[in-house]
Amino acid sequence: MAALINVPSKAKRGDIVEIRTLTSHIMETGFRHTADGNLVPRNIITSFTCRYNGAEIFRADLFPAIAANPYLSFFAVVKESGKFEFEWIGDNGYSSAASASITVE
Amino acid sequence: MMSWRAIAAVALFAAAPALLAGEIPPDARRSGYAFMGPDTRAMQDDDTSNPGMLFVLDGEALWAKKTGSAAKSCTDCHGDARSSMKGVAARYPAFDKALGRPVTLDQRINLCRANHQQATPLPYESRDLLALSAFIAHQSRGTPITAGDDPQAKPFVEQGRALYMQREGQLNLACTNCHDDNFDKRLAGAPITQAQPTGYPLYRLEWQTLGSLERRLRSCMSGVRAQAYDYGSPELVALELYLMSRAHGLPMETPAVRP
Repeated sequence: MAALINVPSKAKRGDIVEIRTLTSHIMETGFRHTADGNLVPRNIITSFTCRYNGAEIFRADLFPAIAANPYLSFFAVVKESGKFEFEWIGDNGYSSAASASITVE
Repeated sequence: MMSWRAIAAVALFAAAPALLAGEIPPDARRSGYAFMGPDTRAMQDDDTSNPGMLFVLDGEALWAKKTGSAAKSCTDCHGDARSSMKGVAARYPAFDKALGRPVTLDQRINLCRANHQQATPLPYESRDLLALSAFIAHQSRGTPITAGDDPQAKPFVEQGRALYMQREGQLNLACTNCHDDNFDKRLAGAPITQAQPTGYPLYRLEWQTLGSLERRLRSCMSGVRAQAYDYGSPELVALELYLMSRAHGLPMETPAVRP
């Protein structure tokens, strides 16, 4: 699925950078009914992780109250050039990944 | 008895000019953006936090994808949308000579699919149709709206204007009663806007998804307890055309974010 990632392309060693992520997902709560009374099954993202050069630096659990197309923003201290890898995991075997590179001077 | 009738007649004459004087002068026209809070504005302004951009990304992929029995993509005829589609959405709904009536951008996409790609039409409000129209309209971001300038479209603009002024539904309200006469006031805590359709298809936080102007018009109609026109009906297209001509000169914002 489409994802929008905002990581600065360059930073100074030791800088605190803001990482912003937005991904496409309907986040169906599992509490709604159709017009004929059937329950709409839950379909949400349950977990998000961010790895920086292989090491996990941020993780979040997501719940039915979170809006569609979840937006998550967090901060990281950058010490070396490398890659941020993002992964969203959800119901019905949902999995989506994205990555972004940063150059540290 | 006679005097009551006279008073009623005087009251009617006194009220009539006030109702007709509702139209907003061009320099006082403001996009719905001007009515939003700073948080929602910031969300729209930053392309990495604007959820409408997710649909634009999907639309970009669909633009290049071959489809239908003709196995053609939009790119095969139109090339790079960044140049070929620039400013196009600001002219829609546009008059179609072959059909003899105006068509919306969504209808144009489906006409292209039927005539050139030999593909099945995309249903109204389907993710693919919204993504394609968002991608196309995004190429016009910043372009002033010029829809309705075509002389052939004039009778349809007039039809739309008549619908806009016509009271309907159990609450017996016309569009103009809120959006010309009472903008800047509040309705149950939400600001009443001028109904300038500058950013469609737009991401409405209440919908949790992208939606077309027709969806917005239909939800206003059910709000005044009226029977909403069907998607793609001549009445909705005429209303859409009138609203776009009413927003003449305002810049396109697609994909906008609205509460």
